[in-house]
Amino acid sequence: MAGARLLDEAEVRRATTRIAHEILERNKGAEGVVLVGIAARGDDLARRLASEIARIEGATPPVGVLDITFYRDDIGMRAEAPEVHETRVDFDINGKTVVLVDDVLFTGRTIRAALDALVDFGRPTAIQLAVLVDRGHRELPIRADFVGKNLPTRRDEQVRVAVKELDGEDAVYVEEPRGAAGGGSER
Amino acid sequence: MNKHLLSIHDVTAEDVVRILDTAESFREVGTRVIKKVPALRGRTVVNLFYESSTRTRISFELAAKRLSADVINFSTSGSSVAKGESLKDTALTLQAMGADAIVIRHASSGAPLTLTKWVRGSVLNAGDGTHEHPTQALLDLYTMRERLGRLEGLRVAIVGDVLHSRVARSLSFALVKMGAEVTLVGPPTLIPPDAPAWGVQVSYDVGAVLPKLDVCYMLRVQRERQRQQYFPSVREYARLFGLTRERVGMLPEGSLIMHPGPMNRGVEIDSDVADLPQSVIEDQVTNGIAIRMALLYLLLGGSGAEAGEAA
Repeated sequence: MAGARLLDEAEVRRATTRIAHEILERNKGAEGVVLVGIAARGDDLARRLASEIARIEGATPPVGVLDITFYRDDIGMRAEAPEVHETRVDFDINGKTVVLVDDVLFTGRTIRAALDALVDFGRPTAIQLAVLVDRGHRELPIRADFVGKNLPTRRDEQVRVAVKELDGEDAVYVEEPRGAAGGGSER
Repeated sequence: MNKHLLSIHDVTAEDVVRILDTAESFREVGTRVIKKVPALRGRTVVNLFYESSTRTRISFELAAKRLSADVINFSTSGSSVAKGESLKDTALTLQAMGADAIVIRHASSGAPLTLTKWVRGSVLNAGDGTHEHPTQALLDLYTMRERLGRLEGLRVAIVGDVLHSRVARSLSFALVKMGAEVTLVGPPTLIPPDAPAWGVQVSYDVGAVLPKLDVCYMLRVQRERQRQQYFPSVREYARLFGLTRERVGMLPEGSLIMHPGPMNRGVEIDSDVADLPQSVIEDQVTNGIAIRMALLYLLLGGSGAEAGEAA
């Protein structure tokens, strides 16, 4: 099911380009900046931000992928253990500015878990958060530093981000609530 | 997945793939500076070992600790078992203390199954008599898939004391399930009579089998379980069925040498053969932790409710 498309490919591209500029502006360049995307889809967006930054600045920041499954606060509350993805942060984050990248910011629980996971890899100087969509309804005191698009939503709606790498297109959809468990793109 | 892991028959081929894929993520955790994740915080895992074990017990203990579970090690000496407590009463005691998972090793085949009748938590078989040792088989599959890139169509020989080996049974069932070709090799006295029913080939000639293999899996001669004379002498056994320096040259290039440990160097495997680069015996140990983390995570990471209810 498709639902209403809120961002198309061109809009996703413009949002990514703008976020890349904002990251560079905030950090006065790409020096000491590393990107860590949250699987799945956050890592694809992180790679795009990295290539945008490379295009603008000439230097490509390292990109890691973080799976936050083992840090979730709802393990044991679902019927089945949540599916795990790959984690690969093969560079040192000590003393770096880590930009966490995710597709949708919703309750903030994913980001809480990601912060816990990140500190197990080292002690970054700062952690910033970039998201393609902020849909509100936070349950924790967490906010994004870089936002592609603010989307007011109803709590029971589903926001689904599609990326070329996994879904064959770049787009953001809002869908009516589904009976079964969600598509996994948001929490 | 099934709530317990008593036998390889408890898991489907899809489950096996899921377990190996999950273990892949836990391998990564083992490479971090902080080798610990909070996934099973607040859960209790009991290691109930009625038989001596080094690697399996330590492996399960490390696996549970790296998942942040609380671990209780319970061995027969120095516990109330030494005072004559029955398995049932020990089980009920552990149940009353709130164990979420019990890892059991026992000299009697079927003891883990019996245990499931008395406890509410998950039971993981860490080796029961001459029956099965499913976590060993899964870590072996992981090691083969990691090194050779696939399981389907792999040609694997399991050589030695198959009759007394719970590893050989679990590994044969698991490999056949995943589409590999298994040949059991050993003296006729140590090949179980029902082996053809497992879906495997049988051979009594190591030399004939070695040149066609992807994996040569050597078994320990389990003298502690042998209640009669199965072969004339250890020396003759080593000469006829051991993986000697001369024989190892018959293996194709790129094939693996595996052993579940503990090894009898000089009996089933020559000492310097065990240390060859194509021998992945240490990898098996490292991968064992990841596999056991994956199993504990998959068995304890859900609520145990019927699927759909908590989603």
